[in-house]
Amino acid sequence: MDALVVKNLYKNYGEIVALDGINFTVRDGEIFGLIGPNGAGKTTTLRIISTLLSISSGEIKVFGKDVATESNEVRKIISYLPEDAGAYKNLTGRAYLDFIASFFADGEARREMVRYGMEVADLGDRIDSKVETYSKGMMRRLLIARAIMAKPKFAILDEVTSGLDVVNAFEIREIIQKIAKSGVSILLSSHNMFEVEYLCDRVALIDHGKVVLEGTPAGLKQRYGANNIEEVFTKAVSP
Amino acid sequence: MNHLYNLIKKEVKELLTPASVLPIVVMALVFASLGNLTGTAISESQESSATLAVINLDPTAENDSYAAFAIEVMAAYNVTLVYNGTSASEIEDALQAMKDQGAAALLIFDENFTTSIKAGEKAAIQVYWNMKGTGLFDSLSSAPVYNTLNVISSAITMELIEGQGSIVDAANATAPLVTYSNTILGDKEMIGIDPMTVSGLLDSQNMMMPILIMIIIVMVGGIIISSMGMEKENKTLETLLTLPVNRTTIVAGKLIGSASVGLVFGLIYMVGMAYYMQGFNLASADYDLAQYGLSLDLLDWAILALMMFMAILCALGLCMILGAFAKNYKAAQSLTLPISFLAMVPMFIVMFTDFNTLPLFLQVLVFAIPFSHPMMGMNNLMFDNTLLVYGGMVYLTVFTLATIFITVRLYKSDILLTGFRFKKDGSAMSLMKGLRRSRKV
Repeated sequence: MDALVVKNLYKNYGEIVALDGINFTVRDGEIFGLIGPNGAGKTTTLRIISTLLSISSGEIKVFGKDVATESNEVRKIISYLPEDAGAYKNLTGRAYLDFIASFFADGEARREMVRYGMEVADLGDRIDSKVETYSKGMMRRLLIARAIMAKPKFAILDEVTSGLDVVNAFEIREIIQKIAKSGVSILLSSHNMFEVEYLCDRVALIDHGKVVLEGTPAGLKQRYGANNIEEVFTKAVSP
Repeated sequence: MNHLYNLIKKEVKELLTPASVLPIVVMALVFASLGNLTGTAISESQESSATLAVINLDPTAENDSYAAFAIEVMAAYNVTLVYNGTSASEIEDALQAMKDQGAAALLIFDENFTTSIKAGEKAAIQVYWNMKGTGLFDSLSSAPVYNTLNVISSAITMELIEGQGSIVDAANATAPLVTYSNTILGDKEMIGIDPMTVSGLLDSQNMMMPILIMIIIVMVGGIIISSMGMEKENKTLETLLTLPVNRTTIVAGKLIGSASVGLVFGLIYMVGMAYYMQGFNLASADYDLAQYGLSLDLLDWAILALMMFMAILCALGLCMILGAFAKNYKAAQSLTLPISFLAMVPMFIVMFTDFNTLPLFLQVLVFAIPFSHPMMGMNNLMFDNTLLVYGGMVYLTVFTLATIFITVRLYKSDILLTGFRFKKDGSAMSLMKGLRRSRKV
């Protein structure tokens, strides 16, 4: 079964058309990248899949569950990490993980979930410090741990390494690869073409609310005679 | 796994921090101390007799002198004299003694004091006041001096009247009437008390409850709107909304958590304000409210607490609706203004007037603002205005449910994340249109 099927997705805000009939599929176990210029509709797409925004028309299914009519069931199997997300500043890292875990499990299962989250976050003693004292890199590690500790079937990551330094971004990418290897299907958006090429099995380019091309990084490079995805991107969106 | 409990716990943990509690406790302590200070000042002005300096320039023989008579009256009235002179050359010394010993004033009896009185003219006393400061309570020290002057004046009046020989009791002659007051208010008949005293007795709650409710509403409203602004700014709201828990539970968690924190803050304020108002209430310490049926029983207090809790829920509901439109923490701050205004209007009206004596349009306005009901709840319960009490409760329930319903719809709609969107022609999409788009989530 496909992890995600998006069919003829439209999203309007009044007379403004944000998504103009988007179609793409994410296969089970793959990392799928959404790329596109600012305002192309990437975040809107991710928010709709995450059940945060309504669908104007079209259909989205996550592992066969309909986002519009079975949103609570969808939320049980997905995990969404927004761009520049934060955590509750008055809680410690451990308390924050425990708070999130409480929505997925009880008792020993919940404790085990927190243990796994702490292992992924790898913050050492700082896991017991208040979140407000964390650096951006530490915060991102904690949030990725939060996003995957419940072992979702499908993770949605929006600009996951945005604003991070080289070392932190590298470590986060390593974590994402590990998550994918553990069987989690991932949909991510990024402006970093190197990251997309490095991480993604397949990518889709969105422009003006439409998917304008889709394929593997290697296939797209070959199709456009480009050396990298950045070049593909530029050629594809140039008028 | 109790999602609601976890959400309430998280909300309380977020809101009940040392940084949020400390200012409340400090404010309550400040109120309590201010009340004690006021009480002490009022009590001193009422109870203590004056400490004065005196110079008698009247040369009339002591047994025939009204100035000497006045000084005797002062002694009988327990006035403490720090200086008692008889010469104009002693004025500087008397003033120094007044300052050194903290006397309230120096009274100088004019040299023609007795002559003037006997001639049927006004007699003069020159008063040098020892002003200790310009504060509100500093003026209270002048009250014992005025009391002393009034006592002297009426003693001389009585002496003059009795000196005519035709009147046996000058006290009765100067005040020939005695009144026994009974006050009827609504269905309540209060024996042996006049309306001024009743009003004085009720002053504390007339003042305290509206101020207290207003403070709580503004404070709790500010907290929840800011918390929503922060949730949006940090994008924790997006995380929360993608967890496997329904939106009604999230809204309920936020409301109950914040309302509980509001009640804790309210309790702290109530203690502080109670001490504060006690300071103003010493004059009516001789009267027992219960004696006149002006007290609340356990059920009344429970109703009042329930009204307060419901008003807080209404405020929180309104704030969550407003908070939904706050894009960040800073924007959230300005959204507390409508709530503050809504809390202040009934506060001032209830503090200075009675609902029953208001013109109809103001009655409708006061009734329509949910925060009015706990503000006037205490008086309504005391005076058995059951229609207003229970009508208010029903209205609060309807209002609370309506705000919760709208809040839940907002949480299910796009507006929470996208705010108002504008059409190409510049007109805003209506709230109802946005809400109609909310989904089954």
